[in-house]
Amino acid sequence: MSAAAPQVTELVTQLLEVVAALAAAPLFLGWVNQCRAWLSNRRAPSIWLPYRNIRKLFAKDAVLAENASPLFRLAPYLVFSTMVVAAGIIPSMGTHLPLVVAADAIALVGLFATARVFLSLAAMDVGTAFGTLGARREMMVGFLAEPALLMVIFVASMISSTTALPAISEHLVTQSLGLYPSLAFTAVAFTLVLLAENARIPVDNPATHLELTMIHEAMLLEYSARHLALMEWASALRLFNYACIGFALFVPWGVATGAIGPLGLALSIPVLGLKLGVAGAGLATIETVSAKLRVMRAPEFLATAFLFAVLGLLVHVLLKA
Amino acid sequence: MTHLPWDLQLLNTCAALLLLLSFAMLSQRRIVTLVDLLAIQGGLLAVATLLLAWRTGQPHLYLSALLTVALKVAFLPWLLHRLIHRLEVYWDTEPLLNISGTLLAGVVIVVFAFGLAQPITQLANTTMRSAIGIAIAVVLLAFLMMITRRKAMSQVIGFLSMENGLFFGAMSATYGMPMVIELGVALDVLVAVLVLGVFFFQIREQFDSLDLHHLESLKESE
Repeated sequence: MSAAAPQVTELVTQLLEVVAALAAAPLFLGWVNQCRAWLSNRRAPSIWLPYRNIRKLFAKDAVLAENASPLFRLAPYLVFSTMVVAAGIIPSMGTHLPLVVAADAIALVGLFATARVFLSLAAMDVGTAFGTLGARREMMVGFLAEPALLMVIFVASMISSTTALPAISEHLVTQSLGLYPSLAFTAVAFTLVLLAENARIPVDNPATHLELTMIHEAMLLEYSARHLALMEWASALRLFNYACIGFALFVPWGVATGAIGPLGLALSIPVLGLKLGVAGAGLATIETVSAKLRVMRAPEFLATAFLFAVLGLLVHVLLKA
Repeated sequence: MTHLPWDLQLLNTCAALLLLLSFAMLSQRRIVTLVDLLAIQGGLLAVATLLLAWRTGQPHLYLSALLTVALKVAFLPWLLHRLIHRLEVYWDTEPLLNISGTLLAGVVIVVFAFGLAQPITQLANTTMRSAIGIAIAVVLLAFLMMITRRKAMSQVIGFLSMENGLFFGAMSATYGMPMVIELGVALDVLVAVLVLGVFFFQIREQFDSLDLHHLESLKESE
């Protein structure tokens, strides 16, 4: 085998990961929606519905508000591209990725924050009441969820003494099986952050356009056509990315580690599919059994997430477990 | 990460869950749920004692595990549930510090407790010496709960949770106290709860409420 061969596979893994994220994110969203419908005894919409929605939106003519600034038109592209870059950093299939040197897990949190800032600015840009309301709520949720997410990443970083997500994942795969209360606590914290950051049910309802309760949807009200398509695709990508971060930290088995060959890569794809299927069903179950919180109770929800993450950190420091 | 035998891993998990339960109690407003959490805490304590007894082969630890189950999982929660139904206090009023604030204060307390435990940990030579910090944290968190709650009922639950923490601390520092002392403490707790149960009725008769801030004023005319 020539010396260049591993680099080629790494490049292929990288490309495959990004393409898979782009292609599978709407499918994952469709799967979650389908599970939710089944669990509430409704007839499920097609799993391909998100794709059809995006295609439909791309075919339409965009309508812009008269007083919209260039920022408003730029924001969908920025938000979408940050999500694509994030998908490149997260080790969903292999841990040897060329893009990894560019950004570690902390920079990844920063990427999510950048997307959030532009989304909120664009929502406030047109000046409607709903956009501003949604943006304010999003920032409130965001500034509470971010420290919790960072804490989760710090626990995993302390365990594997690195902040690069693929290295963390690789370290966790190779260590022996055992009970790790610190990781269990952080997994709970991460699930709570995932629900809050992706506008899922206890914090926000993705299926509603009821004015008083919505957060994420309120920010997208002014968007139409291709801009809206990109925004919706970006939010599907965000959910997909969060799920993959969760896999990398808490169920890293099945990811191709070390010097990967084509076989390891081929094996990691069905494993990822299986993980996503289970995670989607689990997410739908959580959303079905929990009731939406009042907006003012969201800080308490996120304080719980932060507390779990900090407890994980403290338990790790004290018990080395 | 070091590779621990599975029973030590389970003991560590018990310790971590005890800490988690203390926080759950801090954040809980319903008194009925508080009593349930206390019973779970007792159960975890009994499991930890059993594991330690199995690991060290000390017979008195089996006895104290049995005592824990009988007293802290079965009898005291039953007694407290009965008191709650007879007194009809199901909810605590808004605590002195709001819930999020209490939880943050709790995190600071845990860090303090871990620092406090470090010299003790170095002196102890038991296999679970690293759990001493958690035991101290559980005691201090129970203190915090007693300070921030208003209803007499929650304060008694805080008191019992504190005793659980002390018990766990003794277990992780020296494999439990001598049997005589353990029996004495158990009897003490039992009598304390029985006497406090009578007290509750007296307090309510005097003030028509179990809110303890009524006891703070010296004169009735105020």
